[in-house]
Amino acid sequence: METLVRTPRGQVELSVEARGLVKTYGSGARVVRAVDGVDLSIARGETVALLGPNGAGKSTTIDLLLGLLEPDEGDASLFGRPPREAVLAGRIGSMLQTGALIRDLDVKELVEMMASVYPHPLGVGDALRQAGIEELADRRTQTLSGGETQRVRFALALVSDPDLLVLDEPTVGMDVEARRAFWTTMREGAAHGRTVLFATHYMDEADAYADRAILLAHGRVVAAAPTTEIKGLVGARTIRATLPGADEADLASLDGVAQVERHGDVVVLSCSDSDRAIRALLERFPEARDIEIAGAGLEDAFVLLTGDGNGTS
Amino acid sequence: MNPVYLRYELLRTFRNRRYFMFAILIPVVLFFATAGPNRNESDLAGTGISAPLYFMVGLAAFGGMNAVVSVGGRIAAERSTGWTRQLRLTPLSTRGYFRAKVATAYALALVTLALLFFSGTTLGVRLPAGEWVRMTGLMLIGLVPFVALGIFLGHVLTTESTGPAIGGITALFALLGGTWFPIQDGVMHDIAEALPSYWLVQASHVSLGGAGWTGLGWFVVAAWTVALGALAAHAYRRDTKGM
Repeated sequence: METLVRTPRGQVELSVEARGLVKTYGSGARVVRAVDGVDLSIARGETVALLGPNGAGKSTTIDLLLGLLEPDEGDASLFGRPPREAVLAGRIGSMLQTGALIRDLDVKELVEMMASVYPHPLGVGDALRQAGIEELADRRTQTLSGGETQRVRFALALVSDPDLLVLDEPTVGMDVEARRAFWTTMREGAAHGRTVLFATHYMDEADAYADRAILLAHGRVVAAAPTTEIKGLVGARTIRATLPGADEADLASLDGVAQVERHGDVVVLSCSDSDRAIRALLERFPEARDIEIAGAGLEDAFVLLTGDGNGTS
Repeated sequence: MNPVYLRYELLRTFRNRRYFMFAILIPVVLFFATAGPNRNESDLAGTGISAPLYFMVGLAAFGGMNAVVSVGGRIAAERSTGWTRQLRLTPLSTRGYFRAKVATAYALALVTLALLFFSGTTLGVRLPAGEWVRMTGLMLIGLVPFVALGIFLGHVLTTESTGPAIGGITALFALLGGTWFPIQDGVMHDIAEALPSYWLVQASHVSLGGAGWTGLGWFVVAAWTVALGALAAHAYRRDTKGM
């Protein structure tokens, strides 16, 4: 599938741009194309979600964009310069998927230590406040829980007062409240013209917080569009019905049905055209009852776009 | 060098008490254990050097080696937890990172030397001020190849293997270099002369007058520095390529 929406080049200043990124691992017969021709561009001030299931190539794409990895083909640039230059200029704040903190420092000391390597850092107090972790200031880093560690790492990404914030699965390990606080902070940052790119496999996060989502599957961009359009794009609705004993292959072959899930006696049909699907369903299975038709979340749209055998890329 | 960054790097190293116990107190304890019973021996095994002075420098060499090689343990730990990777996404240069690590290693080594030298004076070691300074200078130079060794080990070892590897390698260098007893002749002496640890221990020769090290000493230390430096640079490049 084509990239659906692309910011026109030259019209807006781009924070992130990638052309034809390819990265393979392994050799011989076991070559894995982790990133297989990714094009993307992100304008200044946009908040963009990089969405995809595990193994889709999200982390590798981020590593390529940040210059941690050299692409086999293609190139990436941040603010029109090689990634490494933008990093050295202190314009990038990042939070990688994995990473512990160094030990034997208080949180505020660690934040001050890292602030010292940037040209125009925030004050330590500001960074802690923006990350919502003022109460952790005097804690030794080795005594923090996993969720607390994530929030301190977020403070370290913010302390540079970056123009671009790149976050790889930032809320992993956070509880619900911490997640909410985290995203509130992010929205405040975006209001100040900061560009944010975050990778996630939480559809609801992309849906709620991103202006736009770039969907990645098998190392390729399968869609890039405003999150509202991604949902509208497939016109996706789901039909739920109680239908004991119906064969899943039969259901999947119905007109307008893209994917079938079964939970006991209940079947859930993800539809590309729910009007046709409901007619076909009732014709073929008149015994279906408790029928509900609902608009799909981003997750359902995602299944339709990236699911195997549905004509994607 | 960035003073704030360096200050916290030092602070967190000195806060690690367990590390301190082993890196600094053990050489002091070993010093008293070996030199104490021989405190009145003014010419240890024909070296012309008193036992307290010989063991003081020997164990300062051992402690100093431990202090600088253990930089490898910290590098390995920061690599394995992803911290090094995160640092590469900041403006901190590789050089800046290593400068702080090396400065910390030397700070630890200096504390170790100071403690050992102080311990030496309690067992009657007395030297003119100039000889203390020259001896310290030689030891700091003699530690350079071990800094490179630490950086090398930090990039080839996993966190679990750093403890035994660093402890074992340092102990071996110390043993063959004559930290625990003077190596005066035979094959062991020939081997010892080719090791930088031997020349660390030989820094005590300043008390006999003269330069302390022979030309061979300077050559051996320089050769090990070049060789281990090249290995460290290679290991660093291999480690960060495609990371």
